[in-house]
Amino acid sequence: MTSPTVYLDHAATTPMVPAAVEAMTAHLLDVGNPSSLHASGRHARRIVEESRETIAQALNCRPGEVVFTSGGTEADNLALKGIYWSRRSGDHRRTRILSTSIEHHAVLDPLHWLAAEEGAEVELLPVDGQARLDVDALRAAVERDPGSVALISVMWANNEVGTIEPIDEVVAIAAAHGIPVHTDAVQAVGAVPVDFAKSGVDALTLTGHKVGGPYGVGALIVRREVQVTALVHGGGQERDIRSGTIDTPAIAGFAAAVELAVKHQPEHATRVSALRDDLVRRVIEAVPDAHLHGDPDHRLPGNAHLGFPGCEGDSLLMLLDARGIECSTGSACSAGVPQPSHVLLAMGCADEAARHSLRFSLGHTSTQADVDALVEAIGPCVERARAAHA
Amino acid sequence: MRVLAAMSGGVDSAVAAARAAEAGHDVTGIHLALSRNPQSYRSGARGCCTIEDSNDARRAADVIGIPFYVWDLSDRFHEDVVEDFMDEYAAGRTPNPCLRCNEKIKFAAVLDRALALGFDAVATGHYAQLRTGPDGLIEMHRAVDHGKDQSYVLGVLDQQQLAHSVFPLGDSTKDDVRREAAARGLLVADKPDSHDICFVADGDNAGWLREKLGDRAPNHGGDIVDETTGEVLGQHEGTVGFTIGQRKGLRIGRPAPDGKPRFVLDIEPVSGTVTVGPRERLAVERLRGIRPRWCGTVPERLEGTVQLRAHGHEHRAVTTVTDDGVEIELLDPAYGIAPGQAAVLYDGSRVVGSATIAVAERVPA
Repeated sequence: MTSPTVYLDHAATTPMVPAAVEAMTAHLLDVGNPSSLHASGRHARRIVEESRETIAQALNCRPGEVVFTSGGTEADNLALKGIYWSRRSGDHRRTRILSTSIEHHAVLDPLHWLAAEEGAEVELLPVDGQARLDVDALRAAVERDPGSVALISVMWANNEVGTIEPIDEVVAIAAAHGIPVHTDAVQAVGAVPVDFAKSGVDALTLTGHKVGGPYGVGALIVRREVQVTALVHGGGQERDIRSGTIDTPAIAGFAAAVELAVKHQPEHATRVSALRDDLVRRVIEAVPDAHLHGDPDHRLPGNAHLGFPGCEGDSLLMLLDARGIECSTGSACSAGVPQPSHVLLAMGCADEAARHSLRFSLGHTSTQADVDALVEAIGPCVERARAAHA
Repeated sequence: MRVLAAMSGGVDSAVAAARAAEAGHDVTGIHLALSRNPQSYRSGARGCCTIEDSNDARRAADVIGIPFYVWDLSDRFHEDVVEDFMDEYAAGRTPNPCLRCNEKIKFAAVLDRALALGFDAVATGHYAQLRTGPDGLIEMHRAVDHGKDQSYVLGVLDQQQLAHSVFPLGDSTKDDVRREAAARGLLVADKPDSHDICFVADGDNAGWLREKLGDRAPNHGGDIVDETTGEVLGQHEGTVGFTIGQRKGLRIGRPAPDGKPRFVLDIEPVSGTVTVGPRERLAVERLRGIRPRWCGTVPERLEGTVQLRAHGHEHRAVTTVTDDGVEIELLDPAYGIAPGQAAVLYDGSRVVGSATIAVAERVPA
């Protein structure tokens, strides 16, 4: 690469912040299993528990509510399967799971599995043209038979188009019937204010590498009162619902990243959303028929999801990549075959429209120069991609 | 040159991409996703389509040090190749989907998109040689390795397509290519060669066709009739999947009176009759071809050779170009020639063009 990389894919993963690197590397050479009883073990345990307290403080939950996992996908699986199993064993009629059609695959795929293998009746509720949950549809689905609902899972903010979901309304509907609510907040933590206790949700997923922490570590924050059946059995390390030797250095890095991301969230959101607004405005200036997907106001500060009619998203991605500009088609590339985004299809986009979109996502290292580089490149790249699509 | 290297995940296309990059071209690797349901395609076979093949292609691109993407051509592939394959068999013909894929996908849909995106050429791992002829046109010749030569399946390419093609393996033997792959650290060096049709998962063409065609099959059974005696020798479950010249799988159950094996001589899709007889009755000395494709200048008459199937023999032939195709007179008879197959015309080692066999006239009894 001759030119510096313009990284506009922070929603996929964002660079680690120096404080997290420092916190993590400080413990890489330490010996001591946090479950051991000797001094080295106690030292490791202390780091893990301090990290738990740091995260609890940042997100306003109790330390005992933080269950460390290997990342967001495991936390989502644990929440959905663990709460479903425990609710169903409490009352065999509770087999319905209500969720949305725009969830991440880490939620959708466990739900499909529960439906196929565990007798769950999964209802994926519709969203409007801006990917916002149809709250009335959720209410109607609950009220049809509240006693049969095992849980509700609605993402805090959508990873593709950036729309922030009405979690408070979801909680209000669920609370009236004592139904637990899980939310995948992987994209939300550090980007928008996330207060676990105030939100009223019962379980919340977050992950390290989206907030400036390391890969391979995340957490499910789950209220003590909520019963969760274990998914991974073994030493019972995490509240007896998640086994596996605790990864002390990764957890230390994760906690440092969460602490900083939450502390700096207001300035970060202001700075990044200003860059994002500039990006959207100038890209549309360069390509007049380009259009923004998702809710224009209630959206993640770093997310710009744009449609470019007449292009294949993957052609455009390749042309930008050749110029060192990195973004995402936002489509799941399961099995190597790019599929039109299920989120855009759920928003009512035609198959064609669902293929001509790109997601640009900004983060803590993004600069004005990144936006300028994209604005300069986008016109010629779109023109070329259109010629290739003709 | 900016070169788009089509990488199947096999050893040939990996070495082809590596050679193009080493020659100083700006190379980008792509893997063509041809199936909406990748698991259903063969792994380690023609290697177009499985997840494992896609990963192998990606790893080869990493080792070569070129960018890599997956292009989704599954809709086009289904329409242009799979549907055509089914239609042809339903009509009692024997298509070659690899030629069709080269004509419609690799050197059409992919090449067009590549050119529009700013590439100058598409490179593949086919064994064939390109050189500039005395008239300035690009000529395609058989590969140095005659055992691996793939000029037959490229016989559908026209001058425009050839002018934007790169075949870096044409001057090498397969053994050399495997050795080179190992030396370059490409993990696919020992990957088995592909042989069967990539979209027929288990290699059972007849079973695949029966399942996929369903009601579109022209018949679901019929008689197997001896040409000489007119006697009904048995029944079959549908003419689809039979091919002229086929010997195995007839399940007639009793030998011919003369003790010689019987072969499929003719397939009649409407009545469902499959006619069988001895091998000498398969002899064909005259062919009529339609949909001619010419690599360069269109000849009026050609005294050269014709190849009638992939890895088949060359037959000496005199070809005359007509208004609606070609007439091919074979100087030595060919056996087991089915309508639908491609006749590729050669002048020495040079590919002149090709046509789809419409009529194969058997030598009168």
